[in-house]
Amino acid sequence: MAEFALRGVTKRFGKIEAVRALDLDAADGAFVVLLGPTGAGKTTTLRLVAGLERADAGEVLIAGHEVGRLEPAARDVTFVFQQYSLYPHLSVYDNLAFPLRSPARRWDEARISAKVNEVAELLRIADKLDNRSTRLSGGQMQRVAIGRALVRAPQVALMDEPLSSLDAKLRAELRVELKRIQRELRTTILYVTHDQTEAMTLATRIGVLDQGRLAQIGTPREVYERPASTYVASRLGTPPINLLPLAALPPSTFPQLRVPEHTALLGARTEHVRVRKTAGAGAAFVRWIEHLGDANHLHLRLTTPGDSPAQELITLVDPAIGLEVNDRVDIDFFAPLCFDAEGRRINA
Amino acid sequence: MAEIRIENLHKSFGNFVAVRDSNFVVHNGEFVCLLGPSGCGKTTTLRMIAGLELPSTGRIRLDGEDVTMQRASQRDIAFVFQLFALYPHLNVRANIAFPLHSQGMVRSEVKRRVEAAAAMLRISHLLDQSVSGLAAGDRQRVALGRALVREPKAFLMDEPLGALDAEFRELMCDELRGLHDRIGATTVYVTHDQAEAMSMADRIAVMNEGRIEQLAPPQEIYDRPATTFVADFIGSPPMNLLACTAPGGGLAEGASSVLLSGQPVRVPRLAREVRNPNLTLGIRPEHVVLDAHSPLRARVTASEYLGTLQIVYLVVGSEESPLRARLRSDLEFRVGDQLGIALDPARISLFDAQGSALATTGSPEGARSG
Repeated sequence: MAEFALRGVTKRFGKIEAVRALDLDAADGAFVVLLGPTGAGKTTTLRLVAGLERADAGEVLIAGHEVGRLEPAARDVTFVFQQYSLYPHLSVYDNLAFPLRSPARRWDEARISAKVNEVAELLRIADKLDNRSTRLSGGQMQRVAIGRALVRAPQVALMDEPLSSLDAKLRAELRVELKRIQRELRTTILYVTHDQTEAMTLATRIGVLDQGRLAQIGTPREVYERPASTYVASRLGTPPINLLPLAALPPSTFPQLRVPEHTALLGARTEHVRVRKTAGAGAAFVRWIEHLGDANHLHLRLTTPGDSPAQELITLVDPAIGLEVNDRVDIDFFAPLCFDAEGRRINA
Repeated sequence: MAEIRIENLHKSFGNFVAVRDSNFVVHNGEFVCLLGPSGCGKTTTLRMIAGLELPSTGRIRLDGEDVTMQRASQRDIAFVFQLFALYPHLNVRANIAFPLHSQGMVRSEVKRRVEAAAAMLRISHLLDQSVSGLAAGDRQRVALGRALVREPKAFLMDEPLGALDAEFRELMCDELRGLHDRIGATTVYVTHDQAEAMSMADRIAVMNEGRIEQLAPPQEIYDRPATTFVADFIGSPPMNLLACTAPGGGLAEGASSVLLSGQPVRVPRLAREVRNPNLTLGIRPEHVVLDAHSPLRARVTASEYLGTLQIVYLVVGSEESPLRARLRSDLEFRVGDQLGIALDPARISLFDAQGSALATTGSPEGARSG
């Protein structure tokens, strides 16, 4: 268990810069989640720390030591992939013991056994130790893979979408489990996902990547409530944040709206929006109400001035709100986010 | 296109029963998902429809015709696998055309069909490229194209998106459903991923231990699960299931109250008498609301911040199973806080001691079949 850091790391594949001058610091025991769309450089960053890729520029530091020239095996890190990769011919016990039997460790069997049993307890698979790994269900196999990565107490555990091949129920269970295990073992984890729920619930800090650059890093609450840019704001939240040009919100319709100087875009999430039915012309009308099982999305169209393009606004609503398609509504904004013309957030 | 009718289908491997007395119909043009955990029998069912596996007993009818004993190649069904096997030495056009050439179809017709399929899948610009350089999504489109050109009566798909990375899977879901809307082919699709099933299917068959627990449209599966298994498998987090009892040892027809941790809770009116007092109350996390005046009290044990919303973990009385509530994040809680909670009666499902939903009436949505 250790801190790690990337300093000005750049990685190119041919003409493509997958990672650009990336700086990232993670404290000992941190759970850092990298979030971003396909091609943002998440997996490349992970592979650079693992030593599966060599950086073209910059430094990778683990526990204060530059490891850029070390082979993966010499870095004392572990890697969990999306698809569980266990040794099919070995028992669960032997799969967990495998990294501990490395000749470099010189552990005797009693010590290995104690460690394996301890981790198996933690993972709640103690009763499965004698099973062949192939006799386990998908969730159990991935639990063993995660266990194997944590059992040898690596400096850093690296995980690439480890839960995404599981069904939703297992994914949610294992998410809670992984968080608990990480807290107990205080392992430093760097974890890659595109799933915002995983990022929000697992991370001590979320790093949002944009085309190889770190757009922002912070606690889940910071990144969600105080996003640095429209890009970061758009990565988190369901339904996604509404980004409305200020020109579409004239004072005649929104007399209460106050925004700082240079505001070009208003960022409004469900918690920033109150909708009231009105008998008058209103600020918007209801286009449709989308029933999504666990939530209802209210789709509004703003009555924009003149011939400016139509603006949509989507917000979560209580099923009992009593609105119907074509109803007219007034909208109040409460402490919405404000962005300048370049998409940077302005403090209100 | 075709209707697929499954009659008393049963399959055992030695002592292991993979599929138990299955009966269902996939209507012409319908998109049905078989959904369940691994080992539930969904893939075995699909393989029997394809003719890759013979049933122990039972019948399979394709457009009325009994095809149970026919070979796979005689069934006029296209099968798309999880690991799309393309011929690496052939280009995209030749890969898609392959099944037609092997049927000995005339060249002009092959060309017409390949180009129509490519247009449908929006890969016309790739036709003359080698398949080895293609991205995963395009490879899967080529595999679909190869199924499409045969113009089969039905498509069977076994986790066709399972090998794609998670983000791309969501995109391909929209694309597959769009494709289905354009060609309207009868489709049976196997997955363990509820998000895939919810977003694509006309109806979902939720399977468990070889049985279909419920076959219904996604919203009905979500709102009115037929069994506690379905209630617990669907939803993220899933439906809360709490032990409750019938006051006085049973419930008469028309009764609308049960005891939860000693407190009376209003539930939808029962359509039939229930004699066994041990029941399970099901409620989705979004239908648990805070109500300071409610006599039903719960203790906060944890919360998960999700942005706009949070999942708050509660314990009611001495209940063992947690009650998860989906609440707005601007409400702040500490572990140990005591809260008054209310459960929206119209949204409650009741299950008997065997885990089957009890039929109820008088809920605002009207009668339900349970």
